[in-house]
Amino acid sequence: MTSAVHVRGLSKAYGRTAAVRELDLDVGYGEIFAILGPNGAGKSTTIEILEGNRRRDTGHVRVLGEDPGTAGRGWRAKIGIVLQEVSDAGMLTVGETVRMFASCYGAARDAGEVLELVGLASGFGRRVRKLSGGQRRRLDVALGIIGRPELLFLDEPTTGFDAEARRRFWDLIRLLAADGTTILLTTHYLEEAAALADRVAVISGGRVVAVDSPAKLTAHVNSAATVRWREGDEIRVEQTHFPTELIRQRSKGKSELAELTVTRPTLEDVYLQLVGLAQ
Amino acid sequence: MTTERVDTVPESRRRASPAESSLPSSLRIGLNRVVPELKMFYRRPEQLALTFSMPAVICLLLGSIFSTKLPNSAISTGAVIAASMLAYGILSTSFINLGISIAADRDTGALRRLRGTPTTAFSYFVGKVMLVVIVSFAEAVILLLVGVLAFGLHLPATLSDWFTFAWVFALGVLSCSLLGMFISNLASNAVSAAVLTNGPAVGLQFVSGTYVPLMVLPGWMLTIGSIFPVKWMAQGFRSVLLPPEMVAFEPAGNWEHWRIFLVLTAWSIGGLIACLSVFRWSDQR
Repeated sequence: MTSAVHVRGLSKAYGRTAAVRELDLDVGYGEIFAILGPNGAGKSTTIEILEGNRRRDTGHVRVLGEDPGTAGRGWRAKIGIVLQEVSDAGMLTVGETVRMFASCYGAARDAGEVLELVGLASGFGRRVRKLSGGQRRRLDVALGIIGRPELLFLDEPTTGFDAEARRRFWDLIRLLAADGTTILLTTHYLEEAAALADRVAVISGGRVVAVDSPAKLTAHVNSAATVRWREGDEIRVEQTHFPTELIRQRSKGKSELAELTVTRPTLEDVYLQLVGLAQ
Repeated sequence: MTTERVDTVPESRRRASPAESSLPSSLRIGLNRVVPELKMFYRRPEQLALTFSMPAVICLLLGSIFSTKLPNSAISTGAVIAASMLAYGILSTSFINLGISIAADRDTGALRRLRGTPTTAFSYFVGKVMLVVIVSFAEAVILLLVGVLAFGLHLPATLSDWFTFAWVFALGVLSCSLLGMFISNLASNAVSAAVLTNGPAVGLQFVSGTYVPLMVLPGWMLTIGSIFPVKWMAQGFRSVLLPPEMVAFEPAGNWEHWRIFLVLTAWSIGGLIACLSVFRWSDQR
């Protein structure tokens, strides 16, 4: 199947510092795809090249079948971008801003409908500069999806959100994906990638170190369970693929294993392991 | 070239976008930006006050200082300055205003956001230029009122004088706007744009006959002033707002309409080429 995003051998350097090195990426139509990595891993550089906002040094890049470096306004009508750190249109109201952007597209969504969708309907008449950080972000998303994009880019969309706002934001992204929108997001929050993405590319040092579904990523690294309990003053830790059997043996003749826990590697453990391996 | 496999995409997962042909034209998008641009301008009271009151206040101050009548004439030096001050008004609404506002749009990410939509650079500039034309027109009305009420200027009497007024105004706005756009590309942010536009603007007032009448300037200042558009705009406005005999006080002894036209046109063309070659959507490489 052709990909919404197809990247081979992408490289970009700033002066002598390589930000992205020989990066390969494929994102299928309709996927929610997360690029996960620590700060400075090359996430933003990569997504900005795909958005057509930054030039690449080398590599083959196709987004919705076109080269973002040379694509025209027809292509731009098919993508949506939610940028990091913008503070434009402060003097306009939310409604005026959304309408202004809606008028750039042939078949835009209705302004009121979009604000309803992102949970900003009550802010229609408010000046943009009076919005809170979270509301501002919702407006950014509203502007990103106003033109019914086929592919939506989100660069660290929930940075600075509290847990509640983040969860509501995830629901919104799922809603958009359910509509068939392909979603490519960058994040340095593991739980965000795990909660949202169909597939995750872990990048570190400008390279992709692993791509898979969150569940499979966890599975294909060390999948042994860790069993932990207390014997007298000593904390015992054992790694095993058969935790039930281990506990059965250890608890023979005793009433209870003190402070017993059984844990599986989380995506975070996998992530740290992958990022650690890459460095 | 890499060869790609082209298989069929399952229709259920790929949602079609509206066809490209249904996109509004660049001009249409630009015109849709005019009202929001105006709102963003007039909702900043301090910017509004500075743009409209500065030339008027300076005109009143200088005009009152230079109140003596010119030799063998019923016209005061103040009236000459008031007529010339229209050129400063246009410089302020086009060059300074655009230089700062485009740099600010780059600063805040407004340009980067537009870049991700079907908005073209042309659409963006249509919005900006329309804003400048409307604001410059308002500025001209204010300064003409000040000139007529306080310094006894006469509005152009003939159609041909109004025509001269119109083309000097239009070419002045165009050339100064293009130079403002050019300057905005050299500025790294809105604050540096404010310095890069206001600095030259103040200097030009002194050598262009808007703060001080040309006849008292030393020759070298006159030469420098003659390079830039402000001197020529001011001369054009004097030619239709002052009585015809005032031509005697021009350094050239002539209104030089053809030369005004050539200089302003040359700056417009040069400004356009400069803008096209350096315009960038963002501060990124």
